[in-house]
Amino acid sequence: MEFFANLVPAFVWDIWNSLPPLVQYLTIVTWKILFVTIGVILIVAFSTYFERKVIGSMQGRIGPNRVGPLGLGQPFADVIKLLIKEVIVPAKSNRFLFVIAPLLTLIPALATWAVIPLNDWYVIADINAGLLYVLALTSVGVYGVILAGWATNSKYAFLGAMRSAAQIVAYEIAMGFALVGILMAAGSLNLGDIVRAQAGGFSNWFAWPLLPMFLVYWISGVAETNRAPFDVAEGESEIVAGFHVEYSGVAFALFFLAEYANMVLISSLTAIFFLGGWASPLEGLAFLEQYHDLPFIGWVFGGGFPWLFIKMCFFMYTFFWLRATFPRYRYDQIMRLGWKVFIPITIIWITVEGVMAWFEVGPWAGLTG
Amino acid sequence: MLFQAILFYLFATVLIGAALGVVFSRNPVHAVMFLVLTFFQSSMLWLLAEAEFLAIVLVLVYVGAVMVLFLFVVMMLDINVESIQRGLTRYAPLGIGVALLMAVELIQLIWMRSRVDAGATAFAPYPEGYSNTKALGSVLYTEHVYAFEIAAVILLLAIVAAITLTMRKRPGLKVQNISEQVAVRAKDRIRVVKMDAEKKQ
Repeated sequence: MEFFANLVPAFVWDIWNSLPPLVQYLTIVTWKILFVTIGVILIVAFSTYFERKVIGSMQGRIGPNRVGPLGLGQPFADVIKLLIKEVIVPAKSNRFLFVIAPLLTLIPALATWAVIPLNDWYVIADINAGLLYVLALTSVGVYGVILAGWATNSKYAFLGAMRSAAQIVAYEIAMGFALVGILMAAGSLNLGDIVRAQAGGFSNWFAWPLLPMFLVYWISGVAETNRAPFDVAEGESEIVAGFHVEYSGVAFALFFLAEYANMVLISSLTAIFFLGGWASPLEGLAFLEQYHDLPFIGWVFGGGFPWLFIKMCFFMYTFFWLRATFPRYRYDQIMRLGWKVFIPITIIWITVEGVMAWFEVGPWAGLTG
Repeated sequence: MLFQAILFYLFATVLIGAALGVVFSRNPVHAVMFLVLTFFQSSMLWLLAEAEFLAIVLVLVYVGAVMVLFLFVVMMLDINVESIQRGLTRYAPLGIGVALLMAVELIQLIWMRSRVDAGATAFAPYPEGYSNTKALGSVLYTEHVYAFEIAAVILLLAIVAAITLTMRKRPGLKVQNISEQVAVRAKDRIRVVKMDAEKKQ
Protein backbone atom coordinates (compact mmCIF):
# COMPACT_ATOMS: atom_id res chain seq x y z
CA MET A 1 0.00 0.00 0.00
CA GLU A 2 2.81 2.39 0.84
CA PHE A 3 4.19 1.98 -2.66
CA PHE A 4 0.90 3.23 -4.14
CA ALA A 5 0.60 5.96 -1.54
CA ASN A 6 3.93 7.44 -2.63
CA LEU A 7 2.83 7.61 -6.27
CA VAL A 8 0.35 10.37 -5.46
CA PRO A 9 1.70 13.81 -4.46
CA ALA A 10 1.17 14.85 -0.85
CA PHE A 11 -1.27 17.73 -1.50
CA VAL A 12 -3.72 15.31 -3.12
CA TRP A 13 -3.73 13.30 0.12
CA ASP A 14 -4.32 16.49 2.10
CA ILE A 15 -7.38 17.34 0.00
CA TRP A 16 -8.62 13.75 0.29
CA ASN A 17 -8.24 13.72 4.08
CA SER A 18 -10.09 17.01 4.45
CA LEU A 19 -13.21 15.60 2.77
CA PRO A 20 -16.08 14.49 5.00
CA PRO A 21 -16.13 10.71 5.68
CA LEU A 22 -19.42 10.19 3.82
CA VAL A 23 -18.00 11.74 0.64
CA GLN A 24 -14.83 9.63 0.96
CA TYR A 25 -16.92 6.51 1.41
CA LEU A 26 -19.18 7.27 -1.55
CA THR A 27 -16.18 8.05 -3.79
CA ILE A 28 -14.48 4.77 -2.93
CA VAL A 29 -17.67 2.76 -3.44
CA THR A 30 -18.40 4.46 -6.77
CA TRP A 31 -14.92 3.62 -8.02
CA LYS A 32 -15.25 0.03 -6.84
CA ILE A 33 -18.58 -0.30 -8.66
CA LEU A 34 -17.11 1.22 -11.83
CA PHE A 35 -14.13 -1.16 -11.79
CA VAL A 36 -16.30 -4.23 -11.30
CA THR A 37 -18.89 -3.21 -13.91
CA ILE A 38 -16.33 -2.34 -16.57
CA GLY A 39 -14.44 -5.52 -15.75
CA VAL A 40 -17.56 -7.65 -16.14
CA ILE A 41 -18.47 -5.99 -19.43
CA LEU A 42 -14.95 -6.53 -20.79
CA ILE A 43 -14.99 -10.17 -19.71
CA VAL A 44 -18.38 -10.56 -21.41
CA ALA A 45 -17.01 -9.01 -24.62
CA PHE A 46 -14.03 -11.33 -24.74
CA SER A 47 -15.97 -14.40 -23.66
CA THR A 48 -18.02 -14.12 -26.87
CA TYR A 49 -14.71 -14.30 -28.74
CA PHE A 50 -13.53 -17.12 -26.47
CA GLU A 51 -16.76 -19.05 -27.10
CA ARG A 52 -16.48 -18.79 -30.86
CA LYS A 53 -12.84 -19.85 -30.80
CA VAL A 54 -13.54 -22.82 -28.49
CA ILE A 55 -16.54 -24.05 -30.46
CA GLY A 56 -14.69 -23.39 -33.70
CA SER A 57 -11.75 -25.55 -32.69
CA MET A 58 -14.05 -28.30 -31.38
CA GLN A 59 -15.81 -28.36 -34.73
CA GLY A 60 -12.58 -28.23 -36.72
CA ARG A 61 -12.96 -24.58 -37.82
CA ILE A 62 -10.79 -21.54 -37.22
CA GLY A 63 -13.33 -19.18 -35.69
CA PRO A 64 -13.17 -15.37 -35.94
CA ASN A 65 -9.82 -14.23 -37.37
CA ARG A 66 -10.56 -11.16 -39.54
CA VAL A 67 -10.78 -8.15 -37.20
CA GLY A 68 -7.50 -7.20 -35.57
CA PRO A 69 -4.67 -9.59 -34.64
CA LEU A 70 -6.01 -13.16 -34.16
CA GLY A 71 -9.53 -11.73 -34.57
CA LEU A 72 -9.34 -10.10 -31.13
CA GLY A 73 -11.21 -7.03 -32.42
CA GLN A 74 -14.26 -9.15 -33.23
CA PRO A 75 -16.23 -8.38 -30.01
CA PHE A 76 -15.88 -4.63 -30.65
CA ALA A 77 -16.89 -5.00 -34.28
CA ASP A 78 -19.99 -6.89 -33.11
CA VAL A 79 -20.85 -4.25 -30.54
CA ILE A 80 -20.52 -1.41 -33.04
CA LYS A 81 -22.62 -3.30 -35.56
CA LEU A 82 -25.38 -3.89 -32.99
CA LEU A 83 -25.29 -0.27 -31.81
CA ILE A 84 -25.87 1.19 -35.26
CA LYS A 85 -28.65 -1.22 -36.19
CA GLU A 86 -32.25 -0.09 -36.01
CA VAL A 87 -34.36 -1.14 -33.03
CA ILE A 88 -37.68 -2.36 -34.34
CA VAL A 89 -40.65 -2.35 -31.98
CA PRO A 90 -43.48 -4.53 -33.30
CA ALA A 91 -46.70 -2.58 -33.91
CA LYS A 92 -48.97 -4.79 -31.77
CA SER A 93 -46.48 -5.12 -28.92
CA ASN A 94 -46.67 -3.58 -25.49
CA ARG A 95 -44.15 -0.83 -26.07
CA PHE A 96 -43.13 0.02 -22.51
CA LEU A 97 -42.63 -3.56 -21.33
CA PHE A 98 -40.94 -4.45 -24.62
CA VAL A 99 -38.28 -1.81 -24.06
CA ILE A 100 -37.84 -2.35 -20.33
CA ALA A 101 -37.55 -6.17 -20.47
CA PRO A 102 -33.87 -6.34 -21.56
CA LEU A 103 -32.99 -3.95 -18.73
CA LEU A 104 -34.76 -6.18 -16.23
CA THR A 105 -32.55 -9.12 -17.22
CA LEU A 106 -29.35 -7.09 -17.16
CA ILE A 107 -29.77 -5.22 -13.87
CA PRO A 108 -29.92 -8.28 -11.54
CA ALA A 109 -27.00 -9.87 -13.39
CA LEU A 110 -24.83 -6.83 -12.65
CA ALA A 111 -26.26 -5.98 -9.22
CA THR A 112 -25.29 -9.38 -7.81
CA TRP A 113 -21.63 -8.40 -8.17
CA ALA A 114 -22.08 -6.10 -5.19
CA VAL A 115 -21.55 -8.94 -2.73
CA ILE A 116 -19.00 -11.01 -4.64
CA PRO A 117 -15.54 -10.92 -3.05
CA LEU A 118 -12.82 -10.66 -5.69
CA ASN A 119 -10.07 -11.19 -3.12
CA ASP A 120 -9.58 -10.89 0.60
CA TRP A 121 -10.53 -7.21 0.76
CA TYR A 122 -12.09 -6.20 -2.57
CA VAL A 123 -15.83 -6.51 -2.14
CA ILE A 124 -18.27 -3.65 -2.70
CA ALA A 125 -20.72 -4.56 0.08
CA ASP A 126 -19.45 -6.98 2.71
CA ILE A 127 -22.87 -7.95 4.07
CA ASN A 128 -23.82 -10.81 6.36
CA ALA A 129 -26.72 -12.03 4.23
CA GLY A 130 -24.66 -12.17 1.01
CA LEU A 131 -25.76 -15.65 0.02
CA LEU A 132 -29.44 -14.76 0.42
CA TYR A 133 -28.89 -11.61 -1.62
CA VAL A 134 -27.39 -13.70 -4.42
CA LEU A 135 -30.34 -16.10 -4.35
CA ALA A 136 -32.88 -13.26 -4.32
CA LEU A 137 -31.32 -11.41 -7.25
CA THR A 138 -30.78 -14.46 -9.44
CA SER A 139 -34.46 -15.30 -8.99
CA VAL A 140 -35.48 -11.82 -10.12
CA GLY A 141 -33.70 -12.17 -13.46
CA VAL A 142 -36.48 -14.30 -14.93
CA TYR A 143 -38.85 -11.31 -15.20
CA GLY A 144 -37.03 -9.87 -18.17
CA VAL A 145 -37.41 -13.09 -20.14
CA ILE A 146 -41.09 -13.55 -19.27
CA LEU A 147 -41.99 -9.93 -19.98
CA ALA A 148 -40.04 -9.91 -23.23
CA GLY A 149 -41.96 -12.97 -24.39
CA TRP A 150 -45.30 -11.52 -23.43
CA ALA A 151 -44.76 -7.95 -24.59
CA THR A 152 -43.63 -9.07 -28.06
CA ASN A 153 -47.14 -10.40 -28.72
CA SER A 154 -45.93 -13.33 -30.77
CA LYS A 155 -46.64 -17.03 -30.33
CA TYR A 156 -43.01 -18.06 -30.58
CA ALA A 157 -41.81 -15.49 -28.10
CA PHE A 158 -44.59 -16.41 -25.70
CA LEU A 159 -43.78 -20.13 -25.89
CA GLY A 160 -40.14 -19.33 -25.17
CA ALA A 161 -41.08 -17.21 -22.17
CA MET A 162 -43.34 -19.92 -20.75
CA ARG A 163 -40.67 -22.57 -21.09
CA SER A 164 -38.07 -20.34 -19.55
CA ALA A 165 -40.27 -19.42 -16.58
CA ALA A 166 -41.11 -23.04 -15.73
CA GLN A 167 -37.49 -24.09 -16.15
CA ILE A 168 -36.02 -21.34 -14.02
CA VAL A 169 -38.54 -21.82 -11.21
CA ALA A 170 -37.75 -25.56 -11.18
CA TYR A 171 -33.96 -25.26 -11.12
CA GLU A 172 -33.91 -22.43 -8.63
CA ILE A 173 -35.15 -24.78 -5.94
CA ALA A 174 -32.33 -27.26 -6.54
CA MET A 175 -29.86 -24.36 -6.55
CA GLY A 176 -31.24 -23.04 -3.27
CA PHE A 177 -30.94 -26.45 -1.63
CA ALA A 178 -27.37 -26.84 -2.87
CA LEU A 179 -26.58 -23.50 -1.24
CA VAL A 180 -28.11 -24.75 2.02
CA GLY A 181 -25.34 -27.35 1.97
CA ILE A 182 -22.73 -24.58 1.59
CA LEU A 183 -24.30 -22.61 4.38
CA MET A 184 -24.17 -25.64 6.70
CA ALA A 185 -20.55 -26.36 5.84
CA ALA A 186 -19.33 -22.76 6.15
CA GLY A 187 -21.59 -21.71 9.02
CA SER A 188 -22.00 -18.27 7.45
CA LEU A 189 -24.00 -16.44 4.79
CA ASN A 190 -21.16 -14.02 4.06
CA LEU A 191 -19.42 -14.92 0.79
CA GLY A 192 -16.04 -13.80 2.13
CA ASP A 193 -16.41 -16.07 5.15
CA ILE A 194 -17.45 -18.94 2.89
CA VAL A 195 -14.18 -18.60 0.99
CA ARG A 196 -12.19 -18.26 4.23
CA ALA A 197 -13.80 -21.47 5.50
CA GLN A 198 -12.21 -23.22 2.50
CA ALA A 199 -8.73 -21.84 3.11
CA GLY A 200 -5.83 -24.21 3.56
CA GLY A 201 -5.44 -25.67 0.10
CA PHE A 202 -6.91 -27.94 -2.47
CA SER A 203 -8.27 -30.60 -0.11
CA ASN A 204 -10.29 -28.12 1.96
CA TRP A 205 -12.52 -27.01 -0.89
CA PHE A 206 -16.21 -27.72 -0.45
CA ALA A 207 -16.36 -29.43 -3.83
CA TRP A 208 -15.09 -32.70 -2.30
CA PRO A 209 -17.36 -33.26 0.71
CA LEU A 210 -20.26 -31.68 -1.20
CA LEU A 211 -19.60 -33.28 -4.58
CA PRO A 212 -23.30 -34.03 -5.34
CA MET A 213 -24.24 -30.44 -4.42
CA PHE A 214 -21.42 -29.12 -6.58
CA LEU A 215 -22.66 -31.01 -9.64
CA VAL A 216 -26.29 -30.12 -9.00
CA TYR A 217 -25.41 -26.44 -8.50
CA TRP A 218 -23.31 -26.27 -11.61
CA ILE A 219 -25.82 -28.02 -13.87
CA SER A 220 -28.68 -25.95 -12.41
CA GLY A 221 -26.57 -22.89 -13.10
CA VAL A 222 -26.33 -23.87 -16.75
CA ALA A 223 -30.10 -24.37 -16.82
CA GLU A 224 -30.70 -21.08 -15.03
CA THR A 225 -28.73 -19.12 -17.61
CA ASN A 226 -30.71 -20.78 -20.44
CA ARG A 227 -27.56 -22.15 -22.04
CA ALA A 228 -27.18 -25.28 -24.13
CA PRO A 229 -28.17 -28.08 -23.52
CA PHE A 230 -31.02 -26.35 -21.62
CA ASP A 231 -31.64 -23.55 -24.11
CA VAL A 232 -35.26 -24.42 -24.91
CA ALA A 233 -36.22 -20.79 -24.25
CA GLU A 234 -34.46 -19.92 -27.50
CA GLY A 235 -34.89 -23.23 -29.31
CA GLU A 236 -33.91 -21.98 -32.77
CA SER A 237 -35.13 -25.10 -34.51
CA GLU A 238 -38.67 -25.09 -33.04
CA ILE A 239 -39.57 -21.57 -31.92
CA VAL A 240 -37.16 -19.50 -34.02
CA ALA A 241 -35.38 -17.55 -31.26
CA GLY A 242 -37.83 -17.78 -28.40
CA PHE A 243 -38.32 -14.75 -26.21
CA HIS A 244 -36.02 -12.43 -28.18
CA VAL A 245 -37.35 -13.25 -31.64
CA GLU A 246 -38.42 -9.64 -32.33
CA TYR A 247 -35.52 -7.88 -30.66
CA SER A 248 -32.86 -6.18 -32.73
CA GLY A 249 -30.00 -3.74 -32.39
CA VAL A 250 -29.24 -2.43 -28.92
CA ALA A 251 -32.20 -4.20 -27.30
CA PHE A 252 -30.87 -7.54 -28.51
CA ALA A 253 -27.37 -6.56 -27.44
CA LEU A 254 -28.66 -6.02 -23.90
CA PHE A 255 -30.16 -9.52 -23.79
CA PHE A 256 -26.90 -10.89 -25.10
CA LEU A 257 -24.92 -8.95 -22.52
CA ALA A 258 -27.24 -10.13 -19.73
CA GLU A 259 -26.93 -13.77 -20.78
CA TYR A 260 -23.14 -13.66 -20.77
CA ALA A 261 -23.00 -11.57 -17.59
CA ASN A 262 -25.13 -14.26 -15.96
CA MET A 263 -22.74 -16.95 -17.19
CA VAL A 264 -19.75 -15.08 -15.75
CA LEU A 265 -21.69 -14.65 -12.53
CA ILE A 266 -22.65 -18.32 -12.20
CA SER A 267 -19.06 -19.34 -13.00
CA SER A 268 -17.68 -17.02 -10.32
CA LEU A 269 -20.28 -18.13 -7.79
CA THR A 270 -19.52 -21.81 -8.39
CA ALA A 271 -15.82 -21.03 -7.97
CA ILE A 272 -16.49 -19.16 -4.73
CA PHE A 273 -18.87 -21.70 -3.23
CA PHE A 274 -17.14 -24.93 -4.18
CA LEU A 275 -13.60 -24.26 -5.37
CA GLY A 276 -12.44 -21.80 -2.76
CA GLY A 277 -12.82 -18.53 -4.71
CA TRP A 278 -9.62 -16.53 -4.54
CA ALA A 279 -7.89 -19.10 -2.28
CA SER A 280 -4.85 -20.82 -3.72
CA PRO A 281 -4.82 -24.62 -4.01
CA LEU A 282 -1.19 -24.59 -2.81
CA GLU A 283 -1.98 -22.80 0.44
CA GLY A 284 -1.71 -25.76 2.80
CA LEU A 285 1.88 -26.64 1.89
CA ALA A 286 4.19 -25.53 4.70
CA PHE A 287 7.38 -25.27 2.63
CA LEU A 288 5.74 -22.70 0.32
CA GLU A 289 4.57 -20.41 3.12
CA GLN A 290 7.69 -18.24 2.91
CA TYR A 291 6.70 -17.16 -0.63
CA HIS A 292 3.24 -15.83 0.29
CA ASP A 293 4.42 -12.21 0.47
CA LEU A 294 6.43 -12.08 -2.77
CA PRO A 295 5.55 -8.86 -4.66
CA PHE A 296 4.18 -10.08 -8.00
CA ILE A 297 3.86 -13.84 -7.86
CA GLY A 298 2.85 -14.17 -4.20
CA TRP A 299 -0.75 -14.85 -5.24
CA VAL A 300 0.26 -18.17 -6.78
CA PHE A 301 0.99 -19.51 -3.30
CA GLY A 302 -1.00 -17.20 -1.02
CA GLY A 303 -4.18 -16.70 -3.03
CA GLY A 304 -5.58 -13.63 -4.76
CA PHE A 305 -7.87 -12.40 -7.52
CA PRO A 306 -6.03 -14.27 -10.34
CA TRP A 307 -7.07 -17.61 -8.84
CA LEU A 308 -10.73 -16.59 -8.89
CA PHE A 309 -10.28 -15.47 -12.48
CA ILE A 310 -8.66 -18.78 -13.50
CA LYS A 311 -11.43 -20.80 -11.84
CA MET A 312 -14.07 -18.61 -13.46
CA CYS A 313 -12.44 -19.09 -16.88
CA PHE A 314 -12.50 -22.83 -16.36
CA PHE A 315 -16.25 -22.78 -15.79
CA MET A 316 -16.79 -20.43 -18.73
CA TYR A 317 -14.87 -22.92 -20.85
CA THR A 318 -17.16 -25.70 -19.54
CA PHE A 319 -20.19 -23.69 -20.66
CA PHE A 320 -18.84 -23.59 -24.22
CA TRP A 321 -17.69 -27.19 -24.05
CA LEU A 322 -21.22 -28.30 -23.11
CA ARG A 323 -22.66 -26.23 -25.92
CA ALA A 324 -20.37 -27.80 -28.50
CA THR A 325 -20.93 -31.32 -27.18
CA PHE A 326 -24.57 -31.94 -26.22
CA PRO A 327 -27.80 -31.81 -28.19
CA ARG A 328 -30.70 -29.84 -26.70
CA TYR A 329 -32.67 -31.54 -23.94
CA ARG A 330 -36.31 -32.30 -24.58
CA TYR A 331 -38.57 -30.06 -22.52
CA ASP A 332 -40.24 -32.78 -20.40
CA GLN A 333 -36.86 -34.31 -19.66
CA ILE A 334 -35.58 -30.96 -18.39
CA MET A 335 -38.50 -30.79 -16.01
CA ARG A 336 -37.96 -34.39 -14.91
CA LEU A 337 -34.27 -33.78 -14.25
CA GLY A 338 -34.99 -30.67 -12.21
CA TRP A 339 -37.86 -31.91 -10.07
CA LYS A 340 -37.34 -35.65 -9.80
CA VAL A 341 -33.55 -35.98 -9.82
CA PHE A 342 -31.82 -32.83 -8.57
CA ILE A 343 -34.14 -31.85 -5.74
CA PRO A 344 -34.12 -35.34 -4.14
CA ILE A 345 -30.32 -35.54 -4.47
CA THR A 346 -29.83 -32.22 -2.69
CA ILE A 347 -32.31 -33.07 0.07
CA ILE A 348 -30.62 -36.42 0.69
CA TRP A 349 -27.20 -34.80 0.81
CA ILE A 350 -28.37 -32.14 3.25
CA THR A 351 -29.54 -34.96 5.51
CA VAL A 352 -26.22 -36.79 5.14
CA GLU A 353 -24.39 -33.58 5.94
CA GLY A 354 -26.57 -32.95 8.98
CA VAL A 355 -25.98 -36.45 10.32
CA MET A 356 -22.23 -36.14 9.74
CA ALA A 357 -22.09 -32.79 11.48
CA TRP A 358 -24.09 -34.20 14.40
CA PHE A 359 -21.74 -37.15 14.87
CA GLU A 360 -18.75 -34.91 14.15
CA VAL A 361 -17.53 -37.01 11.24
CA GLY A 362 -15.22 -35.75 8.51
CA PRO A 363 -14.78 -32.07 7.61
CA TRP A 364 -17.66 -30.95 9.83
CA ALA A 365 -16.18 -32.09 13.08
CA GLY A 366 -16.64 -29.32 15.57
CA LEU A 367 -19.36 -27.55 13.59
CA THR A 368 -22.09 -28.23 16.15
CA GLY A 369 -20.01 -26.94 19.03
CA MET B 1 -30.82 10.36 10.20
CA LEU B 2 -31.99 12.96 7.67
CA PHE B 3 -30.69 10.77 4.84
CA GLN B 4 -32.66 7.81 6.20
CA ALA B 5 -35.80 9.90 6.53
CA ILE B 6 -35.50 11.02 2.91
CA LEU B 7 -35.05 7.42 1.81
CA PHE B 8 -38.02 6.32 3.90
CA TYR B 9 -40.37 8.90 2.38
CA LEU B 10 -39.08 8.12 -1.12
CA PHE B 11 -39.68 4.37 -0.74
CA ALA B 12 -43.00 4.89 1.01
CA THR B 13 -44.29 7.22 -1.74
CA VAL B 14 -43.30 4.79 -4.49
CA LEU B 15 -44.84 1.95 -2.45
CA ILE B 16 -48.19 3.69 -2.18
CA GLY B 17 -48.09 4.72 -5.83
CA ALA B 18 -47.35 1.16 -6.90
CA ALA B 19 -50.10 -0.23 -4.66
CA LEU B 20 -52.58 2.16 -6.26
CA GLY B 21 -51.25 1.03 -9.63
CA VAL B 22 -52.11 -2.59 -8.76
CA VAL B 23 -55.72 -1.62 -8.16
CA PHE B 24 -56.24 0.85 -10.98
CA SER B 25 -54.18 -0.43 -13.91
CA ARG B 26 -56.30 -1.73 -16.78
CA ASN B 27 -53.87 -4.39 -17.92
CA PRO B 28 -53.56 -7.41 -15.57
CA VAL B 29 -49.88 -7.88 -16.48
CA HIS B 30 -49.18 -4.27 -15.54
CA ALA B 31 -51.02 -4.87 -12.27
CA VAL B 32 -48.75 -7.83 -11.49
CA MET B 33 -45.66 -5.78 -12.28
CA PHE B 34 -46.91 -3.03 -9.98
CA LEU B 35 -47.32 -5.66 -7.27
CA VAL B 36 -43.69 -6.71 -7.82
CA LEU B 37 -42.65 -3.08 -7.39
CA THR B 38 -44.75 -2.90 -4.21
CA PHE B 39 -42.94 -5.91 -2.75
CA PHE B 40 -39.59 -4.40 -3.65
CA GLN B 41 -40.41 -1.13 -1.95
CA SER B 42 -41.65 -2.82 1.22
CA SER B 43 -38.47 -4.89 1.29
CA MET B 44 -36.51 -1.62 1.11
CA LEU B 45 -38.49 -0.28 4.05
CA TRP B 46 -37.66 -3.42 6.03
CA LEU B 47 -34.01 -2.95 5.17
CA LEU B 48 -34.22 0.56 6.61
CA ALA B 49 -35.63 -1.01 9.79
CA GLU B 50 -32.55 -3.30 9.91
CA ALA B 51 -34.57 -6.44 9.20
CA GLU B 52 -32.29 -7.57 6.37
CA PHE B 53 -33.21 -11.25 6.56
CA LEU B 54 -36.93 -10.63 6.19
CA ALA B 55 -36.32 -8.03 3.49
CA ILE B 56 -34.25 -10.36 1.32
CA VAL B 57 -36.54 -13.31 1.92
CA LEU B 58 -39.51 -11.18 0.87
CA VAL B 59 -37.81 -10.56 -2.47
CA LEU B 60 -36.68 -14.17 -2.76
CA VAL B 61 -40.04 -15.77 -2.02
CA TYR B 62 -42.62 -13.28 -3.23
CA VAL B 63 -40.85 -11.59 -6.12
CA GLY B 64 -38.71 -14.53 -7.17
CA ALA B 65 -41.25 -17.33 -6.96
CA VAL B 66 -44.83 -16.38 -6.12
CA MET B 67 -45.11 -13.43 -8.49
CA VAL B 68 -43.47 -15.37 -11.33
CA LEU B 69 -46.21 -17.97 -11.04
CA PHE B 70 -48.81 -15.19 -10.79
CA LEU B 71 -47.48 -13.65 -13.97
CA PHE B 72 -47.50 -17.07 -15.57
CA VAL B 73 -51.21 -17.54 -14.81
CA VAL B 74 -52.23 -13.97 -15.67
CA MET B 75 -50.53 -14.20 -19.07
CA MET B 76 -52.28 -17.46 -19.90
CA LEU B 77 -55.74 -16.20 -18.96
CA ASP B 78 -57.54 -13.90 -21.32
CA ILE B 79 -58.96 -11.55 -18.73
CA ASN B 80 -61.88 -9.35 -19.65
CA VAL B 81 -60.88 -5.84 -18.60
CA GLU B 82 -64.43 -4.43 -18.59
CA SER B 83 -65.75 -6.86 -16.03
CA ILE B 84 -62.79 -6.08 -13.80
CA GLN B 85 -63.56 -2.38 -14.06
CA ARG B 86 -67.14 -3.02 -13.02
CA GLY B 87 -65.88 -5.13 -10.11
CA LEU B 88 -63.72 -2.24 -8.96
CA THR B 89 -66.67 0.07 -8.34
CA ARG B 90 -68.72 -2.71 -6.81
CA TYR B 91 -66.06 -3.76 -4.31
CA ALA B 92 -64.79 -0.23 -3.63
CA PRO B 93 -66.87 0.35 -0.43
CA LEU B 94 -65.70 -2.98 1.02
CA GLY B 95 -62.08 -2.23 0.13
CA ILE B 96 -62.21 1.24 1.64
CA GLY B 97 -63.81 -0.21 4.77
CA VAL B 98 -61.03 -2.79 5.22
CA ALA B 99 -58.36 -0.16 4.57
CA LEU B 100 -59.87 2.17 7.18
CA LEU B 101 -60.09 -0.64 9.72
CA MET B 102 -56.41 -1.51 9.22
CA ALA B 103 -55.37 2.14 9.44
CA VAL B 104 -57.28 2.55 12.71
CA GLU B 105 -55.68 -0.58 14.16
CA LEU B 106 -52.18 0.51 13.22
CA ILE B 107 -52.66 4.01 14.59
CA GLN B 108 -54.05 2.56 17.81
CA LEU B 109 -51.06 0.25 18.19
CA ILE B 110 -48.54 3.04 17.68
CA TRP B 111 -50.47 5.36 19.98
CA MET B 112 -50.69 2.71 22.72
CA ARG B 113 -47.01 1.93 22.54
CA SER B 114 -46.00 5.57 22.59
CA ARG B 115 -48.05 6.03 25.77
CA VAL B 116 -46.49 3.06 27.55
CA ASP B 117 -42.94 3.91 26.62
CA ALA B 118 -41.93 7.13 24.95
CA GLY B 119 -38.93 5.59 23.18
CA ALA B 120 -40.80 2.57 21.81
CA THR B 121 -41.79 4.17 18.51
CA ALA B 122 -38.16 4.68 17.52
CA PHE B 123 -35.96 1.69 16.78
CA ALA B 124 -32.85 1.26 18.84
CA PRO B 125 -30.03 0.42 16.40
CA TYR B 126 -28.54 -3.06 16.79
CA PRO B 127 -24.96 -3.42 18.03
CA GLU B 128 -22.18 -3.93 15.48
CA GLY B 129 -21.88 -7.48 14.20
CA TYR B 130 -25.46 -8.40 15.06
CA SER B 131 -26.81 -10.82 12.46
CA ASN B 132 -30.53 -11.07 12.41
CA THR B 133 -30.45 -14.20 10.30
CA LYS B 134 -28.52 -15.94 13.07
CA ALA B 135 -30.84 -14.56 15.74
CA LEU B 136 -33.92 -15.74 13.86
CA GLY B 137 -32.43 -19.16 13.14
CA SER B 138 -31.44 -19.78 16.74
CA VAL B 139 -35.01 -19.31 18.03
CA LEU B 140 -36.87 -20.75 15.05
CA TYR B 141 -35.47 -24.24 15.52
CA THR B 142 -35.39 -24.27 19.32
CA GLU B 143 -38.13 -22.28 21.01
CA HIS B 144 -40.62 -22.23 18.16
CA VAL B 145 -39.82 -25.58 16.63
CA TYR B 146 -43.38 -26.95 16.94
CA ALA B 147 -45.04 -23.93 15.36
CA PHE B 148 -42.44 -24.06 12.62
CA GLU B 149 -42.94 -27.76 11.93
CA ILE B 150 -46.73 -27.41 11.96
CA ALA B 151 -46.51 -24.59 9.41
CA ALA B 152 -44.28 -26.79 7.25
CA VAL B 153 -46.71 -29.71 7.44
CA ILE B 154 -49.64 -27.45 6.51
CA LEU B 155 -47.74 -26.23 3.45
CA LEU B 156 -46.88 -29.80 2.48
CA LEU B 157 -50.54 -30.73 2.87
CA ALA B 158 -51.52 -27.88 0.57
CA ILE B 159 -49.05 -29.08 -2.07
CA VAL B 160 -50.24 -32.67 -1.89
CA ALA B 161 -53.90 -31.58 -1.96
CA ALA B 162 -53.35 -29.36 -5.01
CA ILE B 163 -51.64 -32.17 -6.86
CA THR B 164 -54.29 -34.78 -6.03
CA LEU B 165 -57.06 -32.40 -7.09
CA THR B 166 -55.55 -31.74 -10.49
CA MET B 167 -54.09 -35.15 -11.26
CA ARG B 168 -56.35 -37.51 -13.11
CA LYS B 169 -55.60 -40.74 -14.87
CA ARG B 170 -56.59 -40.43 -18.49
CA PRO B 171 -56.86 -43.58 -20.61
CA GLY B 172 -54.50 -43.91 -23.52
CA LEU B 173 -51.88 -41.59 -22.06
CA LYS B 174 -48.38 -42.21 -23.39
CA VAL B 175 -45.86 -42.15 -20.58
CA GLN B 176 -42.17 -42.85 -20.79
CA ASN B 177 -40.45 -45.27 -18.51
CA ILE B 178 -37.07 -43.63 -18.22
CA SER B 179 -35.20 -46.47 -16.52
CA GLU B 180 -36.50 -48.89 -19.14
CA GLN B 181 -35.31 -46.55 -21.89
CA VAL B 182 -31.89 -46.19 -20.35
CA ALA B 183 -31.56 -49.96 -19.96
CA VAL B 184 -32.24 -50.60 -23.64
CA ARG B 185 -29.44 -52.27 -25.57
CA ALA B 186 -28.92 -52.26 -29.30
CA LYS B 187 -29.74 -55.95 -29.67
CA ASP B 188 -33.27 -55.40 -28.20
CA ARG B 189 -34.15 -52.95 -30.93
CA ILE B 190 -32.40 -53.93 -34.12
CA ARG B 191 -31.60 -57.21 -35.76
CA VAL B 192 -28.76 -57.29 -38.24
CA VAL B 193 -29.65 -59.64 -41.06
CA LYS B 194 -26.91 -61.14 -43.18
CA MET B 195 -27.93 -61.99 -46.73
CA ASP B 196 -26.35 -62.43 -50.08
CA ALA B 197 -26.37 -59.59 -52.56
CA GLU B 198 -29.16 -59.97 -55.10
CA LYS B 199 -28.41 -60.17 -58.77
CA LYS B 200 -29.55 -57.25 -60.92
CA GLN B 201 -32.49 -58.19 -63.14
